[in-house]
Amino acid sequence: MSMLSFERKYRVRGGTLIGGDLFDFWIGPFYVGFFGVTTIFFSILGTTLLIYGAALGPTWNIWQINIAPPDISYGLAMAPLKEGGLWQVVTICAIGAFVSWALREVEICRKLGIGYHVPIAFGAAIFAYVSLVVIRPVLMGAWGHGFPYGILSHLDWVSNVGYQYLHFHYNPAHMLAVTFFFTTTFALALHGGAVLSVLNPGEGKPIGTAEHINTFFRDTIGYSIGELGIHRLGLFLAIAAGFFSAVCIIISGPFWTRGWPEWWNWWLELPVWS
Amino acid sequence: MRILAWVIGSIAVILTGFMMLTAGWERPPIDAEQSGFRGTGMVDVSNPRVAPQRLQAQLDRVPVSAPLPPDTGGPTAGEIYQNVQLLGDLSIAEFNHLMQAMTDWVSPEEGCGYCHQLNNLADDSVYTKIVSRQMIAMTQAINADWDTHVGETGVTCYTCHRGENVPQYTWFNADPEIHTGSGMAGWRAGQNRASPQVGLTSLPEEPFSDLLEAGEQIRVTGRTVLPSRGVIGSSIQDTEKTYALMIHMSTALNVNCTYCHNSRDFGSWDHSPVQRVNAWHGIQMTQTLNVEHVTPVSSVLPPDRIGPTGEGQKINCETCHQGVNKPLGGLAMLENYPSLVGPSGRSTASLTDEDVAAFASAEVGEDVEEEVVEL
Repeated sequence: MSMLSFERKYRVRGGTLIGGDLFDFWIGPFYVGFFGVTTIFFSILGTTLLIYGAALGPTWNIWQINIAPPDISYGLAMAPLKEGGLWQVVTICAIGAFVSWALREVEICRKLGIGYHVPIAFGAAIFAYVSLVVIRPVLMGAWGHGFPYGILSHLDWVSNVGYQYLHFHYNPAHMLAVTFFFTTTFALALHGGAVLSVLNPGEGKPIGTAEHINTFFRDTIGYSIGELGIHRLGLFLAIAAGFFSAVCIIISGPFWTRGWPEWWNWWLELPVWS
Repeated sequence: MRILAWVIGSIAVILTGFMMLTAGWERPPIDAEQSGFRGTGMVDVSNPRVAPQRLQAQLDRVPVSAPLPPDTGGPTAGEIYQNVQLLGDLSIAEFNHLMQAMTDWVSPEEGCGYCHQLNNLADDSVYTKIVSRQMIAMTQAINADWDTHVGETGVTCYTCHRGENVPQYTWFNADPEIHTGSGMAGWRAGQNRASPQVGLTSLPEEPFSDLLEAGEQIRVTGRTVLPSRGVIGSSIQDTEKTYALMIHMSTALNVNCTYCHNSRDFGSWDHSPVQRVNAWHGIQMTQTLNVEHVTPVSSVLPPDRIGPTGEGQKINCETCHQGVNKPLGGLAMLENYPSLVGPSGRSTASLTDEDVAAFASAEVGEDVEEEVVEL
């Protein structure tokens, strides 16, 4: 198999976190590594258990398959396999697979000699997932507070958990997370639109450069963050979105049991006007 | 520029400090009660260091209830006393037992004189006596006709009054004319002001006139997936008004939405926890009571008890519940006061013309006379 030009730099030995040279090889274009092996192990085991759980359930309808966490009465103990235990093992597999993948990214970063931006960004997403199924359930004292694995069932969970706090849009961290999600997509749209514009100037016209984009934004909004800066900003916005998503669900329950609108009483009681 | 950045930064830090320190954050461990299938999020979350203590504080204030005196077969209250309209069939002992209890419940400091002319107890010239007669009728009606909501526990005066002349949690009809400024910009449509009655949301702050008095029914959930041609659905205003009432119910009972609803389909009775049935009867009951018993006494109230629409305070869920899902934790106080259970289906003594006339002739004050003349 032929190599892409950059693969020569990528395919160097060393940089592994664990296992030394043991798994430091490629299968075709894919780097294996110790964490590649654990990723494969956890993802195959987890997926198989999900299929097993679906087989136990009443339906093969992909929308309705539901692998639910245990009853809250089990607390933080293991539950029988068919009463939520499956969910617990799948959760372990999922975290194992996600974390393995992030560590495999770390190893590749080390081989390339680049920073850890990609695994850190993926780490924010993993943190959000772990918040939902581990951190918050542990703080609330029962695995049953995790969300179920199912296309529609997890949406039902989201809806009901939101209404546990009467009006989730008043959750301050949810406000931040939503704002960051919209802002990151908005920034990506502006950036993508600008890049596509200068690269597709129309028949017979020369393509533009980064300086054209800078000029465009300086003309329209008085400031251009620059070619590198937009990617840093994008990374920050995306990570912040994931981070505050995690915060917004961790504080709902463990640190606030009432309706979120009521939380804003601190604003009404500021000594400025109260 | 540099100074401005420091000023903005300092304000942000100070606000964050207030947010972290004064918002009343809670902490684990918390209590959680599951009411649906696992993993559906049908869970009621509460703070074990707040909710039980609130209930206990309420229970600690409940006055000691004397046992019901035995009926020795003497003359009834109606035969001995004059102008006993509702409780005339009671034995003297039971009648006085109830009067004493009402004093403990409603006017422990003022005593009998809060409602009675002490030199003529039968006299109807004190407005509170007219009101209390109506309120006895209301209590009898609740216990007789609304067991769908109050169950076997029932209610007494104390359920709402808790030793206060006027129950702590009531509402006035909002002034429909209220403007905060001139023109269209000054029209708030009764919302966007953090009202404790609706949990400090920006929702309409007084949904009660329509939904707990005027008899409007909540019909805001769409029946089709998409808006259909020719079908006029609910307005945003109706939906927000409903949401406001629901927030009120949640805070009044210290429960969350999932206590009564599965949010995947709010309107579906099949998906709802059984508490929703009880709550529905509660809404119907409150509507009926406000119309039949609470609003009618407005005509005898003094000006300082009158709201912006000329009517008195009215009841909502919090009037009885006071932050507990079962008022007083389901404490049954009715046992010693069987006379507070009225005959079922009886059209209760609404304010009669004689009441008003007797009241007006008693020369309590000119303001009140004007009220009566309007009637």
